[in-house]
Amino acid sequence: MYEKYKIKQLSIFSENRPGRLAAMARAMMDEGINIYAFTIAEGAGYGVIRALVDQPERAFQKLSSMGVTVRYTDVLAVEMKDHPGGLYDAVSALAEEGINIEYSYAYSGKRCAVLFMRVEDSDVAAEKLLAKDVKLLELSQFT
Amino acid sequence: MAYLDKHIETMSREDLEKTQYRLLKTQVTRLYSSSPFYRARMREANISPEDIRCIQDITKLPFIHKQDLRDNYPEGMLSVPRRDLVRFHASSGTTGKPTIVCYTKNDIDTWTTSLARGLISAGLGPDDVIQVSNTYGLFSGGLGFHYAGERIGAAVVPASTGNTERQIELIQDLEVTAMAATPSYMLHLGEVAEKMGVSIKNDTKLKIGLLGGEPWSVKMRDRICEWLGVKGINCYGSSEMYGPMFTECSEQDGIHIWGDIAYAEILDQKTGEQVAPGERGELVLTMLQKEALPMIRYRVGDITEMDTEPCACGRTHPRLKRIFGRVDDMLIVRGINVFPSQVEHTLMSIPEVGDHFEIIVDRKGALDTMLIRVELKKEAFTDNIVQLMELREKIAYRLRGALNIGAAVELVEPDTLQRFEGKARRVIDRRDI
Ligand SMILES: [Zn+2]
Repeated sequence: MYEKYKIKQLSIFSENRPGRLAAMARAMMDEGINIYAFTIAEGAGYGVIRALVDQPERAFQKLSSMGVTVRYTDVLAVEMKDHPGGLYDAVSALAEEGINIEYSYAYSGKRCAVLFMRVEDSDVAAEKLLAKDVKLLELSQFT
Repeated sequence: MAYLDKHIETMSREDLEKTQYRLLKTQVTRLYSSSPFYRARMREANISPEDIRCIQDITKLPFIHKQDLRDNYPEGMLSVPRRDLVRFHASSGTTGKPTIVCYTKNDIDTWTTSLARGLISAGLGPDDVIQVSNTYGLFSGGLGFHYAGERIGAAVVPASTGNTERQIELIQDLEVTAMAATPSYMLHLGEVAEKMGVSIKNDTKLKIGLLGGEPWSVKMRDRICEWLGVKGINCYGSSEMYGPMFTECSEQDGIHIWGDIAYAEILDQKTGEQVAPGERGELVLTMLQKEALPMIRYRVGDITEMDTEPCACGRTHPRLKRIFGRVDDMLIVRGINVFPSQVEHTLMSIPEVGDHFEIIVDRKGALDTMLIRVELKKEAFTDNIVQLMELREKIAYRLRGALNIGAAVELVEPDTLQRFEGKARRVIDRRDI
């Protein structure tokens, strides 16, 4: 029932090789795919690139055809209220319920600031956040 | 059970030893009188043909090393008049100068007989179509399988190496049933077929892989069997012997070494003494009938174990259990012997990683470091970086257990490590010792 709040993020396995990121960015540009937000998490010698794009399926196809290891990961998009304590509201709601945030990153959208967060169970987290009056966004709402 | 030479292949141990003695005596006597190289070697060792009174006396003869072939390049060890030669090949020479090997008409025949016996023991015959995907040319691999395939009445497809898509088309169009290749090429072919939308297992008649030319593990064989539906028959040989010449039978319980063609010894690497039956050591081969370029007590350089019990297939000749590696492939890292085959074996037991790997050895100050790069499988990729790190730790832990030495592990993207169509070169040694 919270499907609409699950944002399809692309997770890409990438060695730290020169030009790798550039090649992927170039491919997205050629396909006319818009990248809203992305972040790189680094391990030893490799990284996981996380990206939100306007056409996830198309990007997935293109990257796969390039031999890139890519998969979808669901994340939640939390609207950050434009006042002091906006981040606290969202994060504390989860902390109270004992829900662990695997990672998160922010995006300054057209209408508001958005915090993307990855949690183990998106349904449970969505339920708790909504119960605390935290606003979750659908893909169409911040694009 | 079909045989090429039933009488010879099933003869008693006693009769086999008699045959071996007779052949060795004839060979040594001939070489002493007609080969300046071998006569000089035997005189240095203070031995003459009269000192050979039983097959066990073979241990009195001096060894031949690969270096002897290099030192006598191109034809210093030739033991027949030059006009008797019918063919030359060259060995792959992974290190140093290549070596030239040459053949008389009888040599080609002995070689072909040896491999043809193997192909029949593996279950092949006139109904089969054998695609030879070993290199044709100076390398002996292609023509060896070619001649043996024709000898048993099979139809041969001389595909040689390269153009994997075309190879897959041929396998489909010509209803190929067996393929001679390196095991790593067999896996590569499986990958390419999958990308083309062809399942080797379901869309082709390929059932037998005549695989050799590089060390490979039981795990790799199981994978080839499960994934491709191909029974991997281990094949063995080198240009110095003749070429590819010995194989497993359909029992897949060791490589039959035809005792009337070659006499095998397994020696302790350090002492040079014969090891106890079933123990691991360095293989030394004597070619009993070879004319143009005889090989007496040739230090092949492979590490193996021998089984002298008769095989379930009825053949009585000794069998080499698996080839564990090469004396010269063996890496010594921080004083510990490491074989690439151990790394392969360990990685194949970890489902999250692929079949290809690379070992990079370096030296930081006085300490050797070893890095093993391995491909993460697409299905195993997770967005959770902690899980990826745990996987890396698991691989490092398993490798440490298998190798008795720590190695750093790097996960790389699928299909990015170099693929080899010939011998896989998986070790990069950057140490400047
Ligand atoms: Zn057998």
